[in-house]
Amino acid sequence: MTSLFLLQLLNGVQLGVLLFLIAAGLTLVFGIMDFVNLAHGVIYMVGAYLVVMFAGLTGSYGLALALTLPATLAIGLVLEALIFRRLYDRPHLDQVLATFGLVMVVTELVKIIWGQSPLSVLPPDALSGSVPLVGALRYPVFRLVVIAAGLAVAVGLWLVITRTRIGMQLRAGASNRAMVGALGVDIGRLFTVIFAFGAMLAGFAGAMVAPILSVDPGMGESVLILAFVVIVIGGIGSVKGAFAGALLVGIVDTLGRSFGPIILRAVMEPSAAAQTGRVLAPMLVYVLMAAILAARPQGLFGARP
Amino acid sequence: MTRWLMRRRVAAWLIFGGFAALPLIAAMTGDPYLVVVATRILAFAMAALALDLILGYGGMVSFGHAAYLGIGAYAVAILSRAGITDLGAHLGAAVVAGALFALVTGAISLRTRGIYFIMITLAFAQMAYFFFVSLSAYGGDDGVTLAARSTVLGQDWLHDDRVLYYAALAMLVGLYLLCVAITGSRFGRVLTGARENPLRMQAVGFTPFRFQLTAFVISGAITAIAGVILANQASFVSPSYMNWHRSGELVVMVVLGGIGNLLGAIAGATLALLLEEWLALFTDHWRLIFGALLILVVLYSRDGLTGLFKGRGK
Repeated sequence: MTSLFLLQLLNGVQLGVLLFLIAAGLTLVFGIMDFVNLAHGVIYMVGAYLVVMFAGLTGSYGLALALTLPATLAIGLVLEALIFRRLYDRPHLDQVLATFGLVMVVTELVKIIWGQSPLSVLPPDALSGSVPLVGALRYPVFRLVVIAAGLAVAVGLWLVITRTRIGMQLRAGASNRAMVGALGVDIGRLFTVIFAFGAMLAGFAGAMVAPILSVDPGMGESVLILAFVVIVIGGIGSVKGAFAGALLVGIVDTLGRSFGPIILRAVMEPSAAAQTGRVLAPMLVYVLMAAILAARPQGLFGARP
Repeated sequence: MTRWLMRRRVAAWLIFGGFAALPLIAAMTGDPYLVVVATRILAFAMAALALDLILGYGGMVSFGHAAYLGIGAYAVAILSRAGITDLGAHLGAAVVAGALFALVTGAISLRTRGIYFIMITLAFAQMAYFFFVSLSAYGGDDGVTLAARSTVLGQDWLHDDRVLYYAALAMLVGLYLLCVAITGSRFGRVLTGARENPLRMQAVGFTPFRFQLTAFVISGAITAIAGVILANQASFVSPSYMNWHRSGELVVMVVLGGIGNLLGAIAGATLALLLEEWLALFTDHWRLIFGALLILVVLYSRDGLTGLFKGRGK
């Protein structure tokens, strides 16, 4: 039981780290530019497809990952220049509608290029085994790599935001955009950088999970909604909040799915417990969100409601 | 009566008259499929009407209204499975279930504003979606096929596509009149006031929250009625009714017809669905073109889609 718990806890952390990579880009764009980007999830999906394609072409996952990062960065730059840039001053509703249109376009393009059926890619040989953790418990190396990579990005992002000049501009831009512009910071360029960087983070997340999950045209949507939940829980614009929210959502979701039925079995018969658990588990994170919002409408680390 | 009210009355006669004549046109052109499509349009028009009530008049952008379509549809499926086939019972259950879900999620969502509200309504709809996906007793992901349509007074009149169509049209007209009455009432004016300036509404002694929540609940209940019609039309219910794409399409319909214009919502739903049907004639990948059109219109029309229809609307 303890080893199962540890195993699921690690899976939860891994989902959380992944959600953080998505939510970080989303919340930077939200918090600083006040821009709603529903299309963030499809960039994660495109990252996964690109890594599969590049791995097929080069025969190496590592090389494919190295190609996917600049590719998603470029996609972010192009989308920013073509579409997002024109929407900064528009109402949220316009941003929602345009990026919703973009979701439709990208999803269909992916279906046209790569087909409807799920694709998969193998992790590199060196990372494909599993290592012993505690006692008889083993854990796949690649999942540990995903966790490590996600945590490394989180630390790196924290350093950039708290210790660098561009991070300073980011934080200032989040609290008062107009003032930062008046002080001589090129706001337009700052926005472009954040957008492209956010897209690359999402692409990175997609590329990292491609060997673990199946790559299909629906993968971006479920993650996008979960990333929204993460941001709502953590508080819009707060990267710290996104990190805490992502880990919380990842762990609660994973543990709820595996232990919900076990806990329910204590109060009802096994088959009913399994059924009820299956129905309730996916709702758990939304219940969590509702509970946190009822107490703190601005989220855990949010400044404004 | 102002000229604007006159114009609106004429437009209403034109739209509903056109809908009433449609089965005759279908009979003349020998294209019964037209009635099937039109029934779907009527159902989505009800949902768009309901969404416009809170979006247009209350300023609440719900990005999760597809959940209520699903709740209404599942009310039909679940009651039918239990042997209750009466349309009245289906409608009653749909309205109660939709209102309850709206009451609980609305009370939480309305603690927030703007973009938070959009994301939270989206998240709650997704919660409902996953609930029905994992409900294996009702087919889970695959959904359930209904044995028969709802009965009226024990008769299977709705089995005839045209009867179902006129029943849906009668409901749409009724709901439209209801929404016109709501928006024209003191309640509707407080709602609009709360959209424009919640602080001032509070200062003159109203609690905006109560009015907004009431409107949200009414909107959810009306959308659930649309779900009952959709389920009957397709004789099939699945979680795909609640897909967040559908919530997005509902918002598109409202914006397309002009925000805060009830007839516009009906026209927007009609336009959007006709465009879908038409594009689907050419390619399975119609969403590609639909999405691209949406982006272009938002980018190049100053006030979003509504800008294209300036002069009408409010």
